[in-house]
Amino acid sequence: MIRLDCINKHYGAHHVLKDVSLTVDKAEVVCVIGPSGSGKSTMLRCINNMEEIGSGTISIDGQPVYRYERDGKLVVDSEKQIEAIRAKVGMVFQSFNLFPHLTVTENITVAPIHVLGRSRGEATDIALALLEKVGLAQKAQAYPHELSGGQQQRVAIARALAMRPKAILFDEVTSALDPELVGEVLRVMRALADDGMTMVVVTHEMGFAREVSDRVVFMADGRIVESGKPHELFSAPQQERTRDFLRSVLERNKEMSAASR
Amino acid sequence: MLTTFINLFNFEGVGDYFPDLMRGAAISLQLTFCVMLIALPLGLLLALAKIGRSRILRIAASFYIEVVRGTPCLLQLFYIYFVLPAFGIRFDPFMAGVIGLSINYSAYLAEVYRAGIAAIPHGQVEAAKALGMSRRKMLRLIILPQAIRVVVPPLGNYCISLFKDTSLVSIVTVRELIFTGQIISSTNFQYFTVFTIIGAIYLFFSYPAALFVRYLEKRMAIGARRPAIVPTDVAPVAATEAVEGASKS
Repeated sequence: MIRLDCINKHYGAHHVLKDVSLTVDKAEVVCVIGPSGSGKSTMLRCINNMEEIGSGTISIDGQPVYRYERDGKLVVDSEKQIEAIRAKVGMVFQSFNLFPHLTVTENITVAPIHVLGRSRGEATDIALALLEKVGLAQKAQAYPHELSGGQQQRVAIARALAMRPKAILFDEVTSALDPELVGEVLRVMRALADDGMTMVVVTHEMGFAREVSDRVVFMADGRIVESGKPHELFSAPQQERTRDFLRSVLERNKEMSAASR
Repeated sequence: MLTTFINLFNFEGVGDYFPDLMRGAAISLQLTFCVMLIALPLGLLLALAKIGRSRILRIAASFYIEVVRGTPCLLQLFYIYFVLPAFGIRFDPFMAGVIGLSINYSAYLAEVYRAGIAAIPHGQVEAAKALGMSRRKMLRLIILPQAIRVVVPPLGNYCISLFKDTSLVSIVTVRELIFTGQIISSTNFQYFTVFTIIGAIYLFFSYPAALFVRYLEKRMAIGARRPAIVPTDVAPVAATEAVEGASKS
């Protein structure tokens, strides 16, 4: 479904992605964990070309996209082609980014109507069904600023789903939430995973990664250090770097629960 | 002090020239209206050109804005009224005034729009892009509707300041308030009375307008709600039309 081949990217002199290769199969849930600054969000943002890659190849549905070589020649996708891919690959952000001037329903219908060309009635029906699914049917006419962070993020997920995407990218979607609101968002994501949605999830929620994902990828310093089944990676990490990271996360969690006791 | 003030005030003949002053005020209002009708959409187009992807349009818009803002409005009016006829381009005083002020105000309004667009958080652009929107759709559906909310109060203030700046076109003999006052006072020599009345007339229009802008400012500040009514002031209505007009293309 999604395939990254030897992706490299620089910000000036800073080498943010180093030979990153990753394959995500249809209906697979891949969680990407790692310390901040490890390049995991950047990698995610390269998948829908929110960031341009330096070298390497990204393929979606078996087709190389954005910029790639064909018969020794560099092919650069037109903006229209990139937009079409983005319409098929949803994204949910850390800071929700709902449109504040539109109601919850309009937030969900605006792209299906104006990008996919659906009728307003059809798009609204889909939106209401999705709101039902994320448990916010009663908020259909509300404006984003009237909702809690957790509710806003659930609307953002519904907005991504309304495009009927083939995959959804989640970029630290619970990091900006108050702790008591994290659960409601993770529940929605878990339900999506159970429905067979293809998901790439950059997260600090180790519990979610362990329980929901099919595969966990650990990144550090712009590299994929290790990846594997969640129980393997969490209980028997092969790399020293992975062990260090998991240990520090574990300690932090312990300190936090000790502090809250 | 107050007695001196009242003694200086000479009501003799006010009834005779007051209708002339009101005609002058009507011209000032007409100028304001016509100029805003042109400058609001033109300013938006300039702002869009300046943030757009075409290098030529960007440079052209920047050049226009810098030249206009870097030279006095009076000079621009002189140019249009006195210099252009040398090239066979002639306007009557009112037209010259409208064109001069429109050129001037569109440059300033362009910066207002540009700042309003720049004030929209980058996350909005990202979200729109991630949904597969083209630049044009993003601008029309997401960015401009939010930017309008930001720019309506400053646009209102520019509208008021334009009303006062219409006095500049007295220099090209448009019979607006100031010019009318000059004509009247140069025959009856009651400078104090005539210009005090004129000041009162300006205030009569601009003060309520300023209150209205302040009200709009408050309204726009509350949450991010869509205004339930379309503001009735000249400037905001024209602004919405301008946005729709420009984005449809």
